Amino acid sequence: MSWFQKLLPPKIKRRGEADAKKSVPDGLWHKCPSCQAVLYHADLEKNFSVCPKCSHHHRISARTRLDWLLDSEGRFEIGSEVLSVDTLKFKDQKKYSDRLIEAKKKTDEDDALIVLQGSIHALPVVVAAFEFDFMGGSMGSVVGERFVRGVQVALEQQCPFVCYSASGGARMQEGLLSLMQMAKTSAALTQLSEARLPFISVLTDPTMGGVSASFAFLGDVVIAEPGALIGFAGARVIQQTVRETLPDGFQRAEFLLEHGAIDMIVDRREMRDQLATLITLLTKQDAVAKLEAA
Amino acid sequence: MKVTFLDFEQQVSELENKIEQLRYVQDDSALDISDEIGRLQKKSQSLTKDIYAKLTPWQISQVSRHPQRPYTLDYIQHLFTDFEELHGDRAYADDPAIVGGLARFNGQSVMVIGHQKGRDTKERQYRNFGMPRPEGYRKAMRLMRLAEKFGIPIMTFIDTPGAYPGVGAEERGQSEAIGKNLYVMAELRTPIICTIIGEGGSGGALAIAVGDAMLMLQYATYSVISPEGCASILWKSADKASEAAETLGITATRLKTLGLVDKIISEPLGGAHRDYAAMMQTLKKSLQDTLNQVQSQAPGEMLQARFNRLMSYGKFKEIELN
Repeated sequence: MSWFQKLLPPKIKRRGEADAKKSVPDGLWHKCPSCQAVLYHADLEKNFSVCPKCSHHHRISARTRLDWLLDSEGRFEIGSEVLSVDTLKFKDQKKYSDRLIEAKKKTDEDDALIVLQGSIHALPVVVAAFEFDFMGGSMGSVVGERFVRGVQVALEQQCPFVCYSASGGARMQEGLLSLMQMAKTSAALTQLSEARLPFISVLTDPTMGGVSASFAFLGDVVIAEPGALIGFAGARVIQQTVRETLPDGFQRAEFLLEHGAIDMIVDRREMRDQLATLITLLTKQDAVAKLEAA
Repeated sequence: MKVTFLDFEQQVSELENKIEQLRYVQDDSALDISDEIGRLQKKSQSLTKDIYAKLTPWQISQVSRHPQRPYTLDYIQHLFTDFEELHGDRAYADDPAIVGGLARFNGQSVMVIGHQKGRDTKERQYRNFGMPRPEGYRKAMRLMRLAEKFGIPIMTFIDTPGAYPGVGAEERGQSEAIGKNLYVMAELRTPIICTIIGEGGSGGALAIAVGDAMLMLQYATYSVISPEGCASILWKSADKASEAAETLGITATRLKTLGLVDKIISEPLGGAHRDYAAMMQTLKKSLQDTLNQVQSQAPGEMLQARFNRLMSYGKFKEIELN
């Protein structure tokens, strides 16, 4: 089990694992970890993996997310030519190179960030999404480079850049190189600003550490999914440091909204439409319906 | 000030005690034992040299946190004149874990910003062990914008275990404060020279460490996570800190090889805390050289170089896609 999964309450563990533990035919039924309702998997999926009973937002893969968000035509992947190397020959109880192989097997992705060029309601965009199941969505050199290449394409195409975060933070196995990705990704955004192109940051469960403390809060608009865990330091570290009980709902999206840290919370089922509206408003275009009618 | 010796310096410590005792005897004895003292001092020096020639990353980490190591305010006192400390983030509070203000460096106006740790229990608490809260980073950003407005170069001094992990810090947007600094420092239209003087603790260090030149003291460390933190996560035991320090690559020499540090500043024998004056002199010269170098660039050129360097961070391979 990765260190990051260990940090999480068992009930938020990913769907695949939960299914494996129950001796139910693969993915046919699913128990909502929030309200315990037993859901038919196909129904859940039709509902964007949001529980129809309690609106709990289940974690989803980066591909699924991008697939639901983007128009089906005209998608191009950016940065898939960039792959990890184990520069430090990092080894704890396991080698970093072995961890990479495992993560690839588990997710069928070759790193924790996937970037696509495409469109939302025919509005051109570049969208990046973190794959949390790939080493806790940790940000190393590849994630940083793909992010930057995504920004570059947005600049070339003069279109907005959207990023869905889901990450435990920097990838320890790349040492200081991973810390520097915080500076690299944040610096890339200065170019988008200069070109007056919107950057919309969507924080999903969980967005922590080095990802949270770099580009994630630099959005022109910062959105969170309901109930997402978002913060700099993990709850366990804070508890060990301050030795006080944490307030209710601490570091959840609703808590952040209340404290003025984010602009809005958007239900996943509304996300595509909301993003399109925001983009048209920021870029002074007509409403989506009018654009589509034209 | 009596030197505090680290675990791995025990032999030196014993020798120094002996020298101390002999000196005491010397004072009220007719016998001349200065030869003997001289001999022991030489021995102590060569022993220190031997130990410091082969410090492990974990031992270097101990030196970087040495309780007598010079802190930002020590450097400010020795390297600058006319220091005018500026306080507060204008929104919530003044954070004593980050100090900053205007000063003169060899006559030239500069903005100095750095983490500040405390010397004794009371001051350590006051400085929050050098762990800034969001208001500290926001103060730093305010001072940087001020420097930019008046075309004043910025020098930052990095020495923190990390940004403070606390409830209030989270409520007031620790993440946003750090992220915003990274963004601002990437585009700030004035020279920024960063020096890691002690502990470069993760994002809390990086938040004032983006600039045109990265200097690092010989026994300073800079890491994505503390060796203890890394060990407790990956080895499930903080006792493996030494292994973690090794594999994380946190030392100045290692980071220079990786291209993340430009210049290593040599420390006096036994570390900066053994000889403040010598440390200050070496650093002052390097800072002036670096400042001259950065200032010799046209502003546009400087910003482009800073940006290119930020974009160059990272190691990966590229494959041909069919």
